[in-house]
Amino acid sequence: MNRYALWKYLIIAVSLLLGLLYTLPNFFGESPAVQISSLRVSHQADIVLLQQVEDSLKRANIQNDGLFLEEGSIKVRFVDTDTQIKAKDVLQLSLGDDYMIALNLLPNSPQWLANLGALPMYLGLDLRGGVHFMLEVDMEGAISTALDRHSADIRAALREKRIPYAGVERLGETLIIKFRDVESREQALSMLKSDYDDLQFREERVDNRFHLVASIKQEALVQMQDSTVQQNITTLRNRVNELGVAEPIIQKAGADRVIVQLPGVQDTAKAKEILGRTATLEIRMVDEDRDLDAALRGQIPFGSDLYEERGGGPVLVKKQVLLTGDRITDAQAGFTEDNQPAVHIRLDNNGAQIFKKLTRENVGRRMAILLIERNQTEVVTAPVIREEIGGGRVQISGSMTTLEARDVALLLRAGALAAPMDIIEERTVGPSLGADNIERGFNSTLYGFLAVAIFIIIYYMSFGMISILALSMNLLLLVGLLSILQATLTLPGMAALALTVGMAIDANVLINERIRDELREGVLPQMAINAGYERATGTILDSNITTLIAGIALFAFGSGPVKGFAVVLCLGILTSVFTAVFVSRGMVNFMYGNRRKLETVPIGKIWIPETSRTKKKFNYAALTKPADAITAAAQSTAEEASGGAETHDEIGQSDVESAATRTAAPDSAQSSEILLSGSDSSRAKTQAGKKATGSGGRKSRKK
Amino acid sequence: MEFFRFSRDIPFMSWRRSAAVISIATFILSAFFLATRGLNLGVDFTGGTVLEVSYGQAADLSQIRGVLTGLNMSDVTVQNFGTSRDVMIRLPVMPEYSSAQLSETVLEALRQADDTVEMRRVEFVGPQVGKELLENGALALLLVSIGIVAYLAVRFEWKFGIAGIIANLHDVIIILGFFAFFQWEFSLTVLAAVLAVLGYSVNESVVIFDRIRENFRKLRKVEVTTVIDNAITRTMARTIITHGSTQMVVIAMLLFGGEVLYYFALALTIGILFGIYSSIMVASPILLWLGVKREDLVRLEEKKPENDGAVV
Repeated sequence: MNRYALWKYLIIAVSLLLGLLYTLPNFFGESPAVQISSLRVSHQADIVLLQQVEDSLKRANIQNDGLFLEEGSIKVRFVDTDTQIKAKDVLQLSLGDDYMIALNLLPNSPQWLANLGALPMYLGLDLRGGVHFMLEVDMEGAISTALDRHSADIRAALREKRIPYAGVERLGETLIIKFRDVESREQALSMLKSDYDDLQFREERVDNRFHLVASIKQEALVQMQDSTVQQNITTLRNRVNELGVAEPIIQKAGADRVIVQLPGVQDTAKAKEILGRTATLEIRMVDEDRDLDAALRGQIPFGSDLYEERGGGPVLVKKQVLLTGDRITDAQAGFTEDNQPAVHIRLDNNGAQIFKKLTRENVGRRMAILLIERNQTEVVTAPVIREEIGGGRVQISGSMTTLEARDVALLLRAGALAAPMDIIEERTVGPSLGADNIERGFNSTLYGFLAVAIFIIIYYMSFGMISILALSMNLLLLVGLLSILQATLTLPGMAALALTVGMAIDANVLINERIRDELREGVLPQMAINAGYERATGTILDSNITTLIAGIALFAFGSGPVKGFAVVLCLGILTSVFTAVFVSRGMVNFMYGNRRKLETVPIGKIWIPETSRTKKKFNYAALTKPADAITAAAQSTAEEASGGAETHDEIGQSDVESAATRTAAPDSAQSSEILLSGSDSSRAKTQAGKKATGSGGRKSRKK
Repeated sequence: MEFFRFSRDIPFMSWRRSAAVISIATFILSAFFLATRGLNLGVDFTGGTVLEVSYGQAADLSQIRGVLTGLNMSDVTVQNFGTSRDVMIRLPVMPEYSSAQLSETVLEALRQADDTVEMRRVEFVGPQVGKELLENGALALLLVSIGIVAYLAVRFEWKFGIAGIIANLHDVIIILGFFAFFQWEFSLTVLAAVLAVLGYSVNESVVIFDRIRENFRKLRKVEVTTVIDNAITRTMARTIITHGSTQMVVIAMLLFGGEVLYYFALALTIGILFGIYSSIMVASPILLWLGVKREDLVRLEEKKPENDGAVV
C-alpha cells in the first residue's frame, strides 16, 4: 500500500529539478551596472556606441566587468558601486544629454540560466532601496479647465452665429448660458447640441431670463479621466527618463491614480523634485485691450486672469486656452541668430495648425506661455508674435539666460501634465536600509528554519528527517516559483517565507502524530503509515484552505507591502500542501514502502498509556479465551476494511500478506471506541491485536 | 521522544464555565482598552510623515527636537528606533508643505546640524489614502470572516462555522486589545499579521473539528462532551508541536527581523498563544452551547460512504 507508481516519483523529481534550476539564480547575487539607452529616435544604442562607451571608460581608466548590448541598451558591469557611480558620471559627460545613463543591478547568474528564463526574484523597494510614489490626478482641476475652455468656445461660437446672449457663467461643474428670449435659446441649443458632443444641456427659466445649463456628460467625464491619466503617465515616463532610472514602474492604479516606483534611486531629493513638478503648460493670449492698472487695483476684467511673469511684471492673460503642453513634441535650449539664448520648440501636426492660425491672427500681439503648478500659475515667458509661424517650429527668445533656457526646455520637453497631480503617498527607502532588510529577512528565515529542523528531527527521528527534507523542498519550490513568476519580494514577503516554514511543518506534524496514534493502537507499521497519511490529508486540506481564504483577501485588499506578504503566503500554502503530503509520502514510500517486514516505524519513541500497558499482562492469558469477542468485532470491521481497501488502486504485497491479521487487528477506530467504552472483552481484543501485529507501538529494533 | 502522555482524556469541557468567564473577561478588557486608549495607529492609517534617519554616533534627540522646533514644526515625535544611532521622526499632516518638500526640508535642516545623518526611510501617507487603507483593512477582515464561516459551514456544519469564527474574532480582539493597552504602533504590517492570525488560528479549530467529526462517527454511544474532550486530548500533541514550531520561527523574527518585523512578530505571538486557547476553550464550548449533535455530521457523511473507511 505504501508504494508510488513511477510517474509519481517522476513528478517529484521534475519539480525538484525545476525548483533547483529556478532557485539557482538567486544564489549568484547581482552586481552593480550602468545601463545606457537612447532617448531619441535619431540615436540608437548599437555597436558604434558600444565602442564609444568602452573607449571613454578606458580613457578614464575605469575597469569594467563586462560590457554588452541587450534589448536596445548597453549594459556595463562593475566590481563595486563606487566604480559604478564614477563610470556613470564619466559616461554622462562624454555621451551628453541624448542618452539615458542609469544605475542598475544585473544578475550574476550564468548566461545559460538567463536563456532558460531563470532570473533572480524581483526585489521590492524596501529591499533594494528606492522611491515609491502614489499620485492622484486632480480631476476637479481637469474639469474646471475643460469648462473654462468650453465657455470661451461657446461665447465665440454664439458671436460668430450672431445669436444674441446675455452672458455665460460658470457655476460649480456647470455652465449657465443666459438668453433674453426663447427663440435665441432654441437656436443656440440646436447649434450647440450638434457641435458639442460631450456636453449635455438642460433648459431652465429664471424670472424672465431663459437659461441653458450645460454640463459634461458622464461618459465624456470617464473618457476625459482616462485620457488625462494616460497622458500624465506618458509625461511622468518622460520625466523619469530624464532622471535615469533603469527599471521604473509607472502604472495606473484605480480610476485616477498613478503609481511610480523608482528602484535603486540614490538621489531621492532630485527624483522628488522632478516628479513633484506637477506642472501643466498652457498657451494663452495676453489681454492687451483691458486696463492693467485697474486690474492691479483688484478690478480684474471678466474673462481674464492676472499673473506674474517670471523675472518681469504683472501680466493680464485671457482665460481661453489656445494650446496645451501635450502638443509639444520636443524642446531644446539653443541660441538665436544673434546669439541670444532661446528655446526651440517643435509641435505635433495638430498643434502646428492651431499655432499657425493663432499667430496669423495675432501678429504684433503677445502670447503667454503659462506654467501651472499646484495652485500657482506663472507666466514663463510672454513673447511678441512677430510673424505667422507655420511648420510647427517655434523659437522663443528674449529676457532669459542660458540656464533659464535650459530649464524651460526641460520643462517643455518633459511634457506637461494634462491635469495637476498630488503626491498622496510616498515611501522612500535608503539603500543601506534595503541591504539591512534583506539580511533581517534572510536571518529570520534561516534561524527559524534551523530551530524547527533540529526540534522536529529530535522529536520524530527518521520521519522528522523526512519532514524536514520535505520542508526544504517546500522552500526551494516556493523561491523557484517566486522567481519564475518574477513576483516582487518585499520584507513582509520574507516574513511570509519564514512564516511558511513555521506553518508548513503543521502538515507533517499532523501526519506524524496520526501515524504515532495508529501505532499506539497497535496497527501494523505499513498500515499505520498509510492510515496516518490518508487521515491527515483531509484535515490538512481543510486547514490550509481557510488560511488560503485569508491570504486571498489580503491580496485583494492589501496594498504595497501587504500584497507582497499575501503573494508569498498563498504560494507557500500551495507548495506546502504539495510537499508535505505528496513529496514526503513519496520519500516514505521510497524508503519503507517495499520492505515486506517493516517491524517498527522510525518515528521516535512512542509512549503507550499506562492503563493499557498494565492490562497487557492480564491480556496475554485472555488472548486464548474470548474468541467470540474477536469475531464479533471483526464482523463490523470487515465491512469498513474491505470498502476501504477497494479505494486504493494499489495494494502492495504487504497489504495482501496482512490480510489474515487484518481481521484480528482491529481498526484504530474500533479500538478507540473500545478503550472509551471500557468493556473488558473488547479490551482483550485490543491487546490481541497488539499481540498479533508484533510489537507495533513500542520501539524494538530487531533485525 | 514524546512530550505528552495523557492516559485519559482531559475533561476540558467540564471547565467550560470558568473558561467562559476568562474569555468574556479578556474580551471585555480588550474592548475596554480599545475604547478608552484606542489603537496607536501608524502613519499608514492616520496619514502623516515618518522619517527614519541614522547617525554616525549616538543621536542627540534634544538637538533634533531643537532643529525641528526651529523649523516651526510642533506636534513632532522624535524617538530612538532600535539602536541609539537610529532615530524615528513622526510628523503630522501639514497642509503648508507638500510631501516631497517636507521630508527634504527636515533632512536638509538635520544635515546642517550634523552631517553624519543618513536618510534610511521616508514614508508619507496622505490622509485620504490612510482612510482608505483602514477601510480596506476592515473590509478584508470582514470578508475573511465570511469566507471562513462559509467554508466551515459547507465542509462541516453551520454551528462549526459560527464557533470557529467567534473563537477567531476573539483572538483578533485580544491582539487589538494588547496593541491598545501597550500603545504599540499598529501599522499595515501588523494588520497583515492580524489577518494571517485569523487564517492561521482557524487551522487549529479545523483540526479539532475534524477530530470531533471523526469521533462522532466512531464513538457511537458517548456523551458529546466526551467526544469533544477526546478530540482535544488527542490533538493536543500536534497542537503544541505545531504552534511550538511556528513560534520558534516567530521568535527568530522577533530577534533578527528588525523593527519593521518586530510588531508583526509580536502580533503573531499573541495570536498563536490565544489561538491555542480559543480553539480549545472558546470554539468547542460554543459548539456545545449551540447544541452540536451526532446527527449534524453523521447524516451528512452517510451520503457519501465511499470516502469513509479509507483506512485499513
